[in-house]
Amino acid sequence: MSGYLIRRLIAMPFLILGIITITFFLSRVTKGDPLTAIISEQQMSNPEVVAAAKQRWGLDLSLPEQYLVYMGKLLTGDLGTSFTTKRPVLQDLLERLPATLELVIAAMVIGTVLGIALGVLAAYYRNSWIDHGSRLFALVGSSLPVFWSGLSLLFILSVQLGWLPGPGRLDARLQPPPMITGMISLDTLLAGDLTAFVDALHHLILPAFVLGWTVTGTISRLVRANMLEVLNQEYVLTARAKGAGELRVLLHHALRNTLIPTLTVIGHSFAYLITGAVLTETIFAWPGMGSYAVEAARALDYPAIIGVTVVGGVTFLVTNLLTDIAYMFANPRIRLS
Amino acid sequence: MILKHQDKSLLSVRNLTVGFHVGGVTLDAVRGIDLDVARGEVLGVVGESGSGKSVAMLACLGLVPRTARVAGSVRFQGQELVGMPQSDMRKLRGSRIGMIFQDPLSSLNPVLTIGAQIVEAIRLHQPGISRKQASDRAVELLDLVAVPEPDRRVTQYPHEFSGGMRQRAMIAMAVANDPDLLIADEPTTALDVTVQAQVLDVLKSLRDRLGLGIVLITHDLGVVAGNVDRVAVIYSGRVVEAAEVGALFRDPRHPYTRGLLSSIPKLDEKRERLFSIEGTPPPLGRRPPGCAYHPRCTYARGVCATDDPALRVAGESLSACHFADCLEEIPVHQALAGAEIAEVRQ
Repeated sequence: MSGYLIRRLIAMPFLILGIITITFFLSRVTKGDPLTAIISEQQMSNPEVVAAAKQRWGLDLSLPEQYLVYMGKLLTGDLGTSFTTKRPVLQDLLERLPATLELVIAAMVIGTVLGIALGVLAAYYRNSWIDHGSRLFALVGSSLPVFWSGLSLLFILSVQLGWLPGPGRLDARLQPPPMITGMISLDTLLAGDLTAFVDALHHLILPAFVLGWTVTGTISRLVRANMLEVLNQEYVLTARAKGAGELRVLLHHALRNTLIPTLTVIGHSFAYLITGAVLTETIFAWPGMGSYAVEAARALDYPAIIGVTVVGGVTFLVTNLLTDIAYMFANPRIRLS
Repeated sequence: MILKHQDKSLLSVRNLTVGFHVGGVTLDAVRGIDLDVARGEVLGVVGESGSGKSVAMLACLGLVPRTARVAGSVRFQGQELVGMPQSDMRKLRGSRIGMIFQDPLSSLNPVLTIGAQIVEAIRLHQPGISRKQASDRAVELLDLVAVPEPDRRVTQYPHEFSGGMRQRAMIAMAVANDPDLLIADEPTTALDVTVQAQVLDVLKSLRDRLGLGIVLITHDLGVVAGNVDRVAVIYSGRVVEAAEVGALFRDPRHPYTRGLLSSIPKLDEKRERLFSIEGTPPPLGRRPPGCAYHPRCTYARGVCATDDPALRVAGESLSACHFADCLEEIPVHQALAGAEIAEVRQ
């Protein structure tokens, strides 16, 4: 198994290069003119300005030349400069990614804990109202679009009841913490500012729940199905015959045997949400990767598009790798083969 | 009913009934059975698949699904187990009463080491014992059930064990807390014949060393022959014959027992085909009136289709057959031919 993981690690840089190459050419065959993002509409009619801009941003070169220039810069760690923000893409990403990570990690914690708990309960109390209730909750979570559930919950909990703050990451009246990790909740804690920390958590909880709810559905249904199968296994009877209590039977004996498919879904959901949380980020004014990706695509901002794609690709590769490593802990047969 | 051992009985089952609610009706899988096991004694419980023998023993331990209805009395060392709260029952399971199952692969948890599973069994009932002490005890236990290299084996997973070794590990786990009673549900069915003998030897040596009472559930009279003291034969949820093992083989008093004995192949007889009892056991809910065995019975008479016979003394056995005392007078080969049986059953 460790040999397999090493081979996977070696393959990763090549896969990333492949992703970059494909994205590079795909984005460039798309109809549209990136110049509209670089210069204003009036300047578009001035051939001199257009020519200068093209030269300045390297768009006058042929496609293979552009590719070679880009790859050359990439080797020095330069992901290019965004057409829209006019800043290095790497810098943009480093600012955006922590916000998304904060949101997605919180969402995954909520989604996974709720999903597993509901799945286990539903399987144990099969066909009871607990089962039906948890399945309904899961179904609603995975079918409601986040722009609906997000806006509704925001309206009820923030506007009507005033229990939670509105969009944003931190109350405007509070001093933002010095940037260490880029995750505000963590940075406020590191800075020792408890008031800001509590406020950051208050801002985080609703978007994280809305995003996590979508994951809850997938996880709880999967856990329920697998638990139903495992609970019929003879080793569950053995555990009871040993004198183990029901909670121990469920969590220590049964749940452990359902972990592999659950881990797969958790890993996949996490990677997907890193670039796929656009709607939630938009509704909650969360300056993350999703909104950056949409802006980049709309403006045909080639460097930014590739930057976002690289982050997405790397996230998938890394989470897949971590999932494989987690398999080894979950199942001794995989570890030893 | 089996009065002989009642005075020093370890487990005493009286009129145990287990029913399941299925689609609005209650189907009785176990219909009033009586069993007794004494300390240091092995009781064989014999029956075909679906006869209710496993369900009966699981019901004794409160391990049947919540939907099951259990009635009657199960006394273990004088304590009534039927209706006992689960929390009290849990303290008995795995400590005073151990249990092992048919398929040692599926009855061990695949993601936990053998050691961890034995340690769990110990620490569930002796929380004061440290992990280290429990782990040393696990090695001792594996040694007790003759698993070679126990200190290496204890760190391995079930899939690294062979079938016989897994069953030994199961036994080690079941006796981890020095129980008084061990219930072994078809412990050798999934094993090769040579391994079967080894596992049975382990059980017998535990009985001798620890003074265990053992209930050995099996469908194999061959397993019963050399390994148990007394036998209860179960058919369709009832005990149809109970006897000392010698008496049962010498002078069976129920046609079903006779059928089972005839279907054991013998080395000194030349036979074209193996004998088998015609038909199959009745499914739950479609049990015939009268004696449940009568449609398959070569001795059946009119009364068999109307009256369900009670268990009573016949020769050296207890038998639930109307003709328990005169089976000898109706030779099997001259028993009623098909047409006559049909006529009798009208």
